[in-house]
Amino acid sequence: MEWETVIGLEIHTQLATRSKIFSGAATAYGAEPNTQACAVDLGLPGVLPVLNQEAVRMAVIFGMAIEAHIAPYSVFARKNYFYPDLPKGYQISQMDHPIVGVGHLDIDIDGVTKRIGVTRAHLEEDAGKSLHEDFHGLTGIDLNRAGTPLLEIVSEPDMRSAKEAVAYMRKLHELVRYLGICDGNMQEGSFRCDANVSVRPKGQAAFGTRAEIKNINSFKFVEKAINHEVERQIALIESGGKVVQETRLYDSVKDETRSMRSKEEANDYRYFPDPDLLPVIIDEAFKAQIKAELPELPEAKKQRFKADYQLDEENIAILTSSRPLADYFEAVYKKSGCEAKLCANWITGDLSAALNKAGLEINESPINDERLSGLLARISDNTISGKIAKQVFEHLWQSTANADDIIAEQGLTQISDTGAIVAIIDKIIADNPSQVEQYRSGKDKMFAFFVGQVMKAMQGKANPAEVNKMLKEKL
Amino acid sequence: MHNKTLAELNLGLQAKKFSSVELTQFFLNRIDKHIQLNAYITVTPELALAQAKAADQRLAKGTSDLLTGIPIAQKDIFCTHGVVTTCGSKMLANFTAPYNATVVEKFNQSGAVMLGKLNMDEFAMGSSNETSYYGAVKNPWDINTVPGGSSGGSAAAVSARLAACATGTDTGGSIRQPAALCGITGLKPTYGRVSRYGMIAYASSLDQGGPMTRSAEDAAIMLQTMAGFDEKDSTSVNLPVPDYRADLNKSLVGLKIGLPKEFFGEGLNEDVAKTLALAIDEYRKLGAEIVDISMPNLKLAIPAYYVIAPAECSANLSRFDGVRYGYRCESPVDLTDLYTRSRGEGFGKEVKRRILMGTYALSTGYYDAYYLKAQKIRRLISEDFKTALASVDVIMGPVTPSTAFGIGEKMDDPIAMYLSDIYTIAINLAGVPAMSIPAGFVAGMPVGLQLIGDYFSEDRLLNIAHQYQQVTDWHNFIPTGFE
Repeated sequence: MEWETVIGLEIHTQLATRSKIFSGAATAYGAEPNTQACAVDLGLPGVLPVLNQEAVRMAVIFGMAIEAHIAPYSVFARKNYFYPDLPKGYQISQMDHPIVGVGHLDIDIDGVTKRIGVTRAHLEEDAGKSLHEDFHGLTGIDLNRAGTPLLEIVSEPDMRSAKEAVAYMRKLHELVRYLGICDGNMQEGSFRCDANVSVRPKGQAAFGTRAEIKNINSFKFVEKAINHEVERQIALIESGGKVVQETRLYDSVKDETRSMRSKEEANDYRYFPDPDLLPVIIDEAFKAQIKAELPELPEAKKQRFKADYQLDEENIAILTSSRPLADYFEAVYKKSGCEAKLCANWITGDLSAALNKAGLEINESPINDERLSGLLARISDNTISGKIAKQVFEHLWQSTANADDIIAEQGLTQISDTGAIVAIIDKIIADNPSQVEQYRSGKDKMFAFFVGQVMKAMQGKANPAEVNKMLKEKL
Repeated sequence: MHNKTLAELNLGLQAKKFSSVELTQFFLNRIDKHIQLNAYITVTPELALAQAKAADQRLAKGTSDLLTGIPIAQKDIFCTHGVVTTCGSKMLANFTAPYNATVVEKFNQSGAVMLGKLNMDEFAMGSSNETSYYGAVKNPWDINTVPGGSSGGSAAAVSARLAACATGTDTGGSIRQPAALCGITGLKPTYGRVSRYGMIAYASSLDQGGPMTRSAEDAAIMLQTMAGFDEKDSTSVNLPVPDYRADLNKSLVGLKIGLPKEFFGEGLNEDVAKTLALAIDEYRKLGAEIVDISMPNLKLAIPAYYVIAPAECSANLSRFDGVRYGYRCESPVDLTDLYTRSRGEGFGKEVKRRILMGTYALSTGYYDAYYLKAQKIRRLISEDFKTALASVDVIMGPVTPSTAFGIGEKMDDPIAMYLSDIYTIAINLAGVPAMSIPAGFVAGMPVGLQLIGDYFSEDRLLNIAHQYQQVTDWHNFIPTGFE
C-alpha cells in the first residue's frame, strides 16, 4: 500500500525580550543557576505577574508578518500541572483566546511554492530546568529560564514529508530572526519543535492517529525523527497493529522515538483564565504602528536584491538569509561605491569563510562594513590587486587599522608607473633569452612565465593589466 | 490610651503627650496580658520598638504622617520582609518573605509601627478562625464564641484594643463578618482599590485587603494609606484616591437606602433583624429615605462562590509543593511522595476540601457545568448590584445571620459554616465596596449592619457610616475585661 505522511509542527520560539514575560528578571542565557530568578519567577507567595509589553509587541509583529488575524482580545490562562521546575504549579499560557489567529507561511519545495497554514500562535512562559546530573541522586532545579517568554506557533497538518517540515521550520526560523523577535539559537533552546506525525493510505481523507514527538532541537533531528516515526507507524500498521495517540521522545543518540505517555496518562491541565492578569486588548492604532515598523520580509528582500543588484541566485540566497548580513552588504555597497558583484563576492567569499572559521556572526565581525568598504574601494580603483587585497584583508582581520593605512604602511600600492615596469621588463627579457626565443617561436604559454617573473620582481605590486599590455609590446 | 481613635492618637503624639515608644510598649503589654485570645500568631516587640523610636524621631522633625508612631497589626496573610508570614498554615510556619506586601510597604512609609502578625483561618479559608494551624481565636465579647473569620485575629485584636487598628482581607466576607461578630468597623474596598501584591492569594478575583478599625473615621484614615494603584498588581485600578475624610460630615438628608427583600427573609435571626430595623430607623431620622428593593440572583451567590473561589485557590495553592520553601515532609522517597506528603501534612482539612472542590470544578467534563456556569451567575449578580445601585445610593442589610456562634459549633458542618457568609459573598462576586459597622447587641453580643455602595464609592460609604456613628454609641462599647 502507498502511504501518505501528515505532519503538523508546534514551534516554541523564545522571544528576544530583555526581561521575562511576567517579571523584571533578565532573560540572558548561561548565567549561574538561579541568579536570574526573582520572587515572581520563584513563585513565592503573594507575588503577582505583570505582563511584559515587549512580548506582546513581538507576538503582534509575528502575526502581521504571516498575515494572521491579530486578536483584539486575548486572554492568559493557567495550565495546571505539578513539576519541580514549574514553580507556581501552573504555567501561564493562552488557551481559548490566543493573541495570533489563523495565518500562513509559504515554503519552497523543489522550486514549487507551497502554502502552510498557521493555526495560531500564543504567548506563554517557559518553565525552569531540572538538572539530574551532579547531585548525587538528587535533582537540582535551575529557575533562570522560568518565565522566559515563548511564542508557540502551531501549524495546520499541511506538511506531507519530513522535507516539507524542515523547509517550513527553516522558513520560520529565518522569519523570526528577520523580525528580530528571536535569536534562533537552537543549541540554547531558543527555537524548539514538537512534531505531530501520522500516516494514512494515499487518497484517504481522514487523518490517521497521530503521535507527538517532543522537543526536537535541530533541523537534522526533525527530519530524522519524523522519518523514523513514519517508518515505525507504517511498519506497525502493516503488521496488523494500531497507532495509539501518545507523546514520544526522540533520542538523537539512538535515532529512535520512544513512548513518554499515552493519551490516557495525559494530564488534565484544567485550564482557566488567570485572574491575576487582565485580558490583552489590541486596538487598530497599535496594529497600525506595528505595521509601520515592520521590517522588510525575506521574500520581499530577495525580489528587491534581484532587481536592484543583479546578483546571481546563490549570492542573493546567502545575502538575504539573515537581516544583519543583508544590511552589511547594503552598507558596503553604499559606502564603497563598488559594483554589487564585487561586494557580494567578498562578503559571501572571504569574509564568510573567515567568520565561519572563527565561529562568528556577521554582527560580531572584526571587520565592520566601513573597513571592508575601504578595502573594496582600493580594489575598484586599482590601487591594489585582488591578490594584494587578500593580504590586506588578513591585516584588517587582525588589527583595527583601515585598509588605506595598511596599504601605505606596508607599501602595497600597485605600481602602474610605466617607467618602473618597463625597466623590469627589459631586464627580464635580457636575462631570459631562451624563453624569449621559445615565445617568439609560437609557444604562447611562455607569456605567463614573463608575467610571473615581472610580478615576482615587483613583489606583486605591479598593475597586472599594465604588465600584460607592456609585455606584449616588448615581446 | 487604648480607647483613643487614630486621630486622637495622632494628636497626642504630635503634642508629645506620649511618645510612640510609650504607646507601643503600652500595646505590647496589653497583647501579653490578653494572650489567651490568641489574636496574634507572631508578636514583634523588638521591631515594633525600633519602628516606634524611628517614628518618634520623625515626629520630632515634623515630617510625620497621620499614622506615624501608631501601633497597628497586620493580618498574617501580608508578606513582611524579615518577619515570618504563615497565612495561618503549618505549610508556611517557617516562611519569611524577602519582600514586603505593597500594603505593608505603605504603612512602613507612613511610619506606622507594626506590633505583629494576626491570626487567621488557614489561607483565609474559614468563617470562624478555627481552621488556623495556630489555634482558634476567641471572641473578646465571649471567649467561648468565635470571632468570625477569616480575619478573626484582626477583629479580636481591634475589639480588645490589642492594636490601634488592623489590616484584614475579604474574599467572601472575611473583613465584614468578623468585624460584625466582634463589634468593630470593617471595610472591604472595591476590587482593585487596594494592591494585592504580597498578599497571599486565596481567590485572586475576589481577594481584597481593607481596614479593620473601631470607627468609620479610623477606617478612612487607614484606607487613605492602603488604597492606590500599584504597578505590581495588574488588577489594581489606576484611579485617583480621594481624600476619604473630606466628606465624612456630609449630611445624609435625601440619602436613598435600598433594603433587598432577599436579605431579610428566612434564615435571619429575629433579634438580629429587630436590631437592624432600629439601625435603619436611625438613618431615617438622619433624613434618609428607605426603599424596598429586590435582587433576585443573590440566592445564587453561595453556590457560585463555592465554585469560583475553590477553583482559583486550587491553582493558587499549587505553589506550596515542598520544593522551594515552606513545609517539606520527612525523607520523601520520590517526587510523588514529596508532593503528596508535603501537601497532605502541610495543609489543614478545610484547605484540602477547597482544593479538591476547585480541582473537580475545573476538570475536563465539569468545567462548563461548574466554572463557566458560576461565572455566568457572577455576571448576573453584578448586574443585580448595578441595577439596584442605579436607583439607590446605598444598600443595607445584615452582615451575618446571627451573632457569634460557639467555638466548635459548626466545624463538623461545612455547609452551615458556608451559610454564615450568605450576606457577604455576593458583594465580592460583584466587586463593589461594603462595610460592616456596629449596630447594637443581642444578648450581649455585637450585631453588624452592612452598607454596600457602588464601585469606588468608599468615600460615600465612610460618610454614611460616620454619620451613624455620630448619633450612636455602639462602636464605642468595649468588651468586659478589656476596658
